[in-house]
Amino acid sequence: MSGKMLMKGNIAIAEGAIDAGCRFYAGYPITPQNEIPEYMSKRMPEAGGVFMQAESELISINLVFGASVAGARSMTTSSSPGMSLMQEGISYMAGCELPGVIVNVMRGGPGLGNIAPSQSDYFQAVKPGHGDFRMITLAPSNIQEMYDFTFEAFDLADKYRNPVMILTDGLLGQMMETIELSRGRKPLNPRPASEWALTGAKGREPRKILSLLMKPGALEQHNYDLWKKYDEIKKSELRYEFNEKEKDYDCLIVAFGSVARTSKGVIAEGKDIKAALFRPVTLWPFPYAELREAAKKAKKVFVFEMNMGQMVEDVRLAVQDDSKVEFYGRPGGGLPSQEELLSFLRKKVK
Amino acid sequence: MEKLIYGMPESLKNVSTTYCPGCSHSTVHKLIAEVIDELKVREKTIGVAPVGCAVFAYDFWNFDVTEAAHGRNQAVSAAIKRVLPDNVVFSYQGDGDLASIGMAETIHTANRGENITVIFINNTNYGMTGGQMAPTSLLGQVTTTSPKGRDAQHYGYPIKMLELLAPLEGVKYLERVKVTNAASVIKAKKAIKKAFENQINNTGFSMIEVLGSCPANWKKEPAEANRWVDEKMAEFYPLGVIKDAR
Repeated sequence: MSGKMLMKGNIAIAEGAIDAGCRFYAGYPITPQNEIPEYMSKRMPEAGGVFMQAESELISINLVFGASVAGARSMTTSSSPGMSLMQEGISYMAGCELPGVIVNVMRGGPGLGNIAPSQSDYFQAVKPGHGDFRMITLAPSNIQEMYDFTFEAFDLADKYRNPVMILTDGLLGQMMETIELSRGRKPLNPRPASEWALTGAKGREPRKILSLLMKPGALEQHNYDLWKKYDEIKKSELRYEFNEKEKDYDCLIVAFGSVARTSKGVIAEGKDIKAALFRPVTLWPFPYAELREAAKKAKKVFVFEMNMGQMVEDVRLAVQDDSKVEFYGRPGGGLPSQEELLSFLRKKVK
Repeated sequence: MEKLIYGMPESLKNVSTTYCPGCSHSTVHKLIAEVIDELKVREKTIGVAPVGCAVFAYDFWNFDVTEAAHGRNQAVSAAIKRVLPDNVVFSYQGDGDLASIGMAETIHTANRGENITVIFINNTNYGMTGGQMAPTSLLGQVTTTSPKGRDAQHYGYPIKMLELLAPLEGVKYLERVKVTNAASVIKAKKAIKKAFENQINNTGFSMIEVLGSCPANWKKEPAEANRWVDEKMAEFYPLGVIKDAR
């Protein structure tokens, strides 16, 4: 496969992983991401890697933990309820400084919820697990980005020895678009696994991988060290989409993932309103300063989400003027349409 | 000429352990180290240490060791082995880890027939957290969470892990041993060695259960605790080969 292809979002994630050199995949069935384990069960052995069907999401994430200990580029995918089960393992990976890619194709919640698209796990992605850690979170908004971001997630995970999340939803997972595959693009690997992975202590001192630090002050120091790494990530890996040409706006729309797509339609359709889109691409690190700057010119900052208001908390922190911020969201699998967002916009601008 | 006939295994670091006097962990650590030396696989061994008293095992063994989340050792071990099939991978777990919180991982790893070695220390309680009841605690056993003794009506029955795993097709070798005297230590070492040899020969899943002593939490002198293993534990948990399907 090369060149342009019509591809489903979930398959684009799988292909992005294979092209990035992912050679270990573990997953457990859950809608709306089932295409990924199904596709990987065939594709991974073809690529010379290991496919494992886990017996739970707990097992999925701990298989990824083990594969990462052994130095393999590894990935698991799931959807919202499964992601709750993985939080413990993600925290262990962060504590042990193990790379790994985790994909959340979000669905409606809470509880068993439904299988419709949602953005209700924003909190769970940017404020994951137990303990004081951070996880790089990338939010694609089209199928090309599903492929590209998954590819790049492996480089980021290895570069910082940290779990990286792709936060997407059932809409993007199930949708098809034409995308360009970048076969032959070389994965970066600034910290080769051989420098730290457990491969047997042949010709070297034995290695340990651990997150338990009981000596007084040791865990505090470990957290300071992690924080230094997180600060570096904030400086170097921040991503957002904001069209600088759209200088002439008095409304700023902030949206991520599939709602950012709808918002582009809102702007194109609502010619009577001078609006621009600010789309955070990394949800952690979040582009606070850049959004604050962009919001200065706006009379109103609109936040559109497929939840009851999660990213809006970060937008408020960035804008620092609550009177400016207007939120519209729909939970439980409700898809805000272009028309409904536009009419909300018009009502509030008046 | 002097000839050294007994010494420190290379696979064991020359450090003090964190174990209580009379605890079986130190003995089993040494047996594993001796076996790994004898099989000449120290440089390709990867151990997976549990959450529990043996969590610091990576400080005592002189080969690569990783931590795993509580109960998840066998998932971690299976993935390491799948990625590095030529390495020797073993999981070291207590009864709270393997038989309680990690039950699903244990059964599915065994059922998949993963070619790994599992060393299971059953001392009938949660040692590190102060002696709470475990799924393996004997009926009548007083623990900090069964102060009147374990009764079946409220707490259920103790679980025999090897007998539970034996019917699974993927499971090749199961043996229960103890380490309360010289003769049983020698037997235990033979079983552990076989479990590692099985992996090297690609036989499949092997698990050795060691009836371990926990004098501190059992509130017994070490010698008395060993007698309790010999008399009470071994009565309920029969010693010997439970399955050998190689």
